[in-house]
Amino acid sequence: MSDNILQVQTLAQYVAANNKLPEVLFWVGCAGSFDDRAKKITKAFVRILNHSKVDFAVLGTEESCTGDPAKRSGNEFLFQMQAMTNIDVLNSYGVKKIVTACPHCFNTLKNEYPELGGNYDVVHHTTFLKSLLDDGRLKVEGGSFKGKKITFHDPCYLGRANDVYEAPRELLRKLEVELLEMKKCRQNGLCCGAGGAQMFKEPEKGNKDVNIERTEQALELQPEVIAAGCPFCNTMMTDGVKNKEKEADVSVMDIAEIIANAKDL
Amino acid sequence: MEYIDNICFALVFITGITFFTKSIRKIIRNIRLGQSIERSDNQNIRLKNMLRIAFGQSKMVKKPIAGFLHLIVYIGFIVINIELLEIIIDGLFGTHRVFAFIGTPYNYLIGAFEVLAFLVLVAVVVFWVRRNVIKIKRFLSPEMKGWPKSDGNLILYFEIVLMLLFLTMNASDYLLQALGAPHYAKSEGIIGAFPISKTFIVPLLSSFDISSLIVVERLSWWLHIVGILVFLNYLYFSKHLHILLAFPNTYYGNIAPKGKFRNLESVTNEVKLMMDPDADPFATPDPAETTSDNVPDKFGASDVIDLNWVQLLNAYTCTECGRCTSECPANQTGKKLSPRKIMMDTRDRLEEVGKNIDKNGSFVPDGKQLLNDYISKEELWACTTCNACVEACPVSIDPLSIINEMRTYLVMEESAAPTDLNNMMSNIENNGAPWPFNQMDRLNWSNEK
Repeated sequence: MSDNILQVQTLAQYVAANNKLPEVLFWVGCAGSFDDRAKKITKAFVRILNHSKVDFAVLGTEESCTGDPAKRSGNEFLFQMQAMTNIDVLNSYGVKKIVTACPHCFNTLKNEYPELGGNYDVVHHTTFLKSLLDDGRLKVEGGSFKGKKITFHDPCYLGRANDVYEAPRELLRKLEVELLEMKKCRQNGLCCGAGGAQMFKEPEKGNKDVNIERTEQALELQPEVIAAGCPFCNTMMTDGVKNKEKEADVSVMDIAEIIANAKDL
Repeated sequence: MEYIDNICFALVFITGITFFTKSIRKIIRNIRLGQSIERSDNQNIRLKNMLRIAFGQSKMVKKPIAGFLHLIVYIGFIVINIELLEIIIDGLFGTHRVFAFIGTPYNYLIGAFEVLAFLVLVAVVVFWVRRNVIKIKRFLSPEMKGWPKSDGNLILYFEIVLMLLFLTMNASDYLLQALGAPHYAKSEGIIGAFPISKTFIVPLLSSFDISSLIVVERLSWWLHIVGILVFLNYLYFSKHLHILLAFPNTYYGNIAPKGKFRNLESVTNEVKLMMDPDADPFATPDPAETTSDNVPDKFGASDVIDLNWVQLLNAYTCTECGRCTSECPANQTGKKLSPRKIMMDTRDRLEEVGKNIDKNGSFVPDGKQLLNDYISKEELWACTTCNACVEACPVSIDPLSIINEMRTYLVMEESAAPTDLNNMMSNIENNGAPWPFNQMDRLNWSNEK
């Protein structure tokens, strides 16, 4: 069960011990490293990686913010400082493949680092888990989520920003859940309200918070679980569910947590 | 005196086209005020996008009702324009239905035009009802008050009148042919097929004699073609330029993943210099680089001329349908931000700058700019950068890119970010994370239960 000790190596340790690169670098991200809720996602994902015997490492203290919230706020200078510092680190190891559980890190690393000299094969953790499934390294079936009503909230920076819609859904289907779609899903998905650095500021004056609107759309389906693929969406939806006093009936979980849970990892 | 009609027509036609050409040149000049951006790459993908999105209307039909109605008007517009060619030739040379020589297919063609004209009429009436009776929410936003509302209705009235004139012209023409009026009647019998005008308009004209019918026919013929020329010239002053600009706009639209924001190269050079351990901070600048145009680049955009030409083309292309605004999470939750208003403001300011140039020869500072005078900070900071507006636009307009470039200006030129964001950014600067956590604690999670 979750008492299992996580097997995590930093890239420095890994390279020193093995004199080669691991299959993939797990980019944990700031939320995944520091946010109490998001750390659970990080650990769930690592448990799956350990279980599937994936050869991976993390940067640990060598990792720094990708610069996404700075760039979305308009601070191009700070973004590029962060990007170039990170690229220096990544390139010094010769990193080729990166997986991350944060769509914001994913988007920035994949789309905005190449022009600054950082060229990597970057995948979101749902895509990575899907490939483990396809390769037969991870077996996902039924389990404790079989038949449960689950709706998936598309993170903007995974969906619209990068056209990844199916990987998370296919994983849920493998778990034989009852996958429900909100009226606004995929390309038309409504934002959780955290993007564009909104996570770090108070919203402008309006008549509602975006996360409440989105949570209402999810709750219309009366799901048991709202599945997310982004630590920020997770926070926003969790807050929304609490605001609606539904936390006893509805949980907000990352796809990685659902799989780790189903497999009793 | 025999050719007076033809000469009059030629004059009207040339005048209409000349004024229209002037407007188009003005639009092109204004768009060229924008900064350069590379969009000549991947021509095949761009061509496909244009064919699929603009020509094929692929995004319009995402809203099935509006999409279907629009499809009718769009097909009507394109197909009935074939008839326009005949009308122009007839007008210039005094001929009557000059394409009639193609025989039976001509009858089908005219019949098809009639059916389309009728469908267009129905669609346009439904559009009017949607705007004025059902009052669909996206047509009622604050930015749609006043001129934008009248403009939208005016275009619908134009289309109704043009279609009615077209059908009246056909109806009187049919009756004149049937009555054997000289110039109209042909030895081979009735030319053209008139399923709609025969059903709805001919009964109204059946008591008219030949000379009255000629008046009706000439009047509707003239009003129809003059109406089209007026409409053509109205385009520049209306929101309706999309009928032309949707094509270049979808061609030059962004083809990179929507999440990729533009890299500011001027910043890259600064950052590289800062991070270069061999750089001498006290070095005198290379004289080769200190030319007269070596003014430091302005970061971001505070006015339209700081935007790139594709963003300015976007502004002229916007037809104010409001699909962007109705999908915007900020707008849906009552915030001031409306992506449509961003585009309308950009166009209004660009027009103002254009008029300034017309008057003064070159732009004379008028104490105004796009930021604050048109678009407020409150609007800009409400954006979640979720790309819903970009996805919703049926003609590939990108309001988000304008919002982000204006945020860049606010932060990098004015240091005017909201306090919360300044805290977040200083955290990143100091600890490499948006929260005040120590970078040395980044791996602590691996040891926590």
